[in-house]
Amino acid sequence: MSRHQISVSIDRLRGKRADAGPTRRMPGDDRSCPKCESHFRADEMERNCFVCAVCGYHFPMTARQRLDHLSGGTGWEEIGGELRAADPLRFVDLQPYTDRVHAAEAKGATEAIIAASLEIEGQPCVVAAMDFAFLGGSMGSVVGERFARAAEVAVAKNVPMISITSSGGARMQEGVLALMQMAKSIVALDELAQARLPFLMVLAHPTTGGVWASFASLGDVTYAEPGALIAFSGPRVIEQTTREKLPSDFGLAERQYDHGHVDSVVDRRDLPRRLAHVMMILEQPPGDEEPSLASQLAQNGTERAARMAQALPSLTRRFRGQTDSASSERVSGS
Amino acid sequence: MSVSTHPSGRGGRFVRRIAGKIAGAEVVSGDVWDAIQLARHQDRPYPLDYIARLMPDFEEIHGDRAAGDDPAIVAGIGRYHGAPLAVIGQQKGRDAQDRAYRNFGMPSPEGYRKGMRLMELCDRLHIPLVTLIDTPGAFPGAEAEEHGQGGAIARSMMMMLRLSVPTVAVVIGEGSSGGALALGVADRVVMLENATYSVISPEGASAILWRDAAKAKLAAAAFKPIAANCYRWGIADAVVPEPEGGAHTSHDEAARFLDGYLSRTIRELQAIPRAERNRQRHERFRRLGAQREV
Repeated sequence: MSRHQISVSIDRLRGKRADAGPTRRMPGDDRSCPKCESHFRADEMERNCFVCAVCGYHFPMTARQRLDHLSGGTGWEEIGGELRAADPLRFVDLQPYTDRVHAAEAKGATEAIIAASLEIEGQPCVVAAMDFAFLGGSMGSVVGERFARAAEVAVAKNVPMISITSSGGARMQEGVLALMQMAKSIVALDELAQARLPFLMVLAHPTTGGVWASFASLGDVTYAEPGALIAFSGPRVIEQTTREKLPSDFGLAERQYDHGHVDSVVDRRDLPRRLAHVMMILEQPPGDEEPSLASQLAQNGTERAARMAQALPSLTRRFRGQTDSASSERVSGS
Repeated sequence: MSVSTHPSGRGGRFVRRIAGKIAGAEVVSGDVWDAIQLARHQDRPYPLDYIARLMPDFEEIHGDRAAGDDPAIVAGIGRYHGAPLAVIGQQKGRDAQDRAYRNFGMPSPEGYRKGMRLMELCDRLHIPLVTLIDTPGAFPGAEAEEHGQGGAIARSMMMMLRLSVPTVAVVIGEGSSGGALALGVADRVVMLENATYSVISPEGASAILWRDAAKAKLAAAAFKPIAANCYRWGIADAVVPEPEGGAHTSHDEAARFLDGYLSRTIRELQAIPRAERNRQRHERFRRLGAQREV
């Protein structure tokens, strides 16, 4: 163990970041906290779900790490793993798109999203987790297709779907086809909705552009990780366009919560429990699914219709505000 | 070939012109830049110009019933060939003052929510919907963010996807980013001959991908966002002709061409049973994309 690590560990034991100077941070090291400069061993990082044990900063996670974390090490079965990016526009900016893809693939990930079936604390579900390290988590055709297949698997298995987003938005190198993945993700969510399955969202840093303006905004319950930037247009673009100075916390999870765009800001270490809890609440008792309106009417239409007809006059009086003694008695007595 | 022809008889020449572009393996970048200039021509017809010619008794609605009205989106109802029709579109301004008022056609969440008010009406009263898309993108502003720009776009797409009535989206100028697609999830998506449809404006791409605001032409050549290419990629179902030289040369003629396509297409869509039409709309957007399997 190096002297450096020993000194940081002592600081951590003291519960403060004494003498935290720029020298402490190891450049390019993803185990140094950019907020408080604390440094961690790899096993410490993983054990603490890549959250800084000193200041609570949430480090980026890869999609695989996300799935491992949520499944609690019980494993996951990938969906659409055979899909890879194509280059429909033969796109070249400062370098060819295919070179960018190959460079990203060389780092180990196959795309900016991994979808999988798994169990979170015993609750079966499908999770689509994004990976900012792969071309900024951008949504191209593969992201859209894996997301859509994930929803289809959720429907086939009759389980909820969860997505964790970390994305700069649509993948520009796939042009308008990337834009259309927003619509494709909406189609997938509508299929979930038709199957009456919940869709839970976890907004991780950053969730911006076309991802925020499509499926990421449509969670039935939406959690955000602390400090995550959540925006359609990022602060820099807004400042350039409107020349207004934005507060430093603009678009961050806590502020989005204040504006009503997030249900809860949730510490990553609590995510498995919170997600499993919501899924448990929403689970339908076996064999006790609500019959459709049509089948209810077919079964006991006449009886219900008679009851409704009986109830209607008194209800009508109530809502018209009539004050004859019989109806006001009913209102106060009920 | 489902490139639109027009009863005026100009279709034949037009089809040859467009067909040449579609068949060509490469569209030269000069053509792309020309189309982008035409798509943004200051005299190009905007939604209210088409509406004035196609539905003179148009009744515009205002406000999202929550926070305000967004002049960057016009929405309303009118008689069209003897039946009600609803129209939503992004509206740019013609002169400096009007442009500022319309916020350069960059909608705020209030605008999308106004559109959703109208969509709900369409669904309830069984009125077909036409959207006219022309925007450099949704407005990047602090207030727009706080009022839920992302969610408004997402919900607008979802609502269009679920509508039980025939829907046609027409890209009449520049269709850029999610701000355009919010009105683009329709049974038929068509583009005017010189319209563009892209994930981002050339200037935006230039600043982000080339880190140089002056590379818009390069970005345009890389995106190739013109109608002929979008037709080839399956993004656009048809290309509607414009008057020779571009839609700005004659708003009347441009409106007549659009009228020919719209009236026929709405009739076609109405002939499809509702559930089947909805299934096809889902399927249309479900299959868009390009990927490999390994």
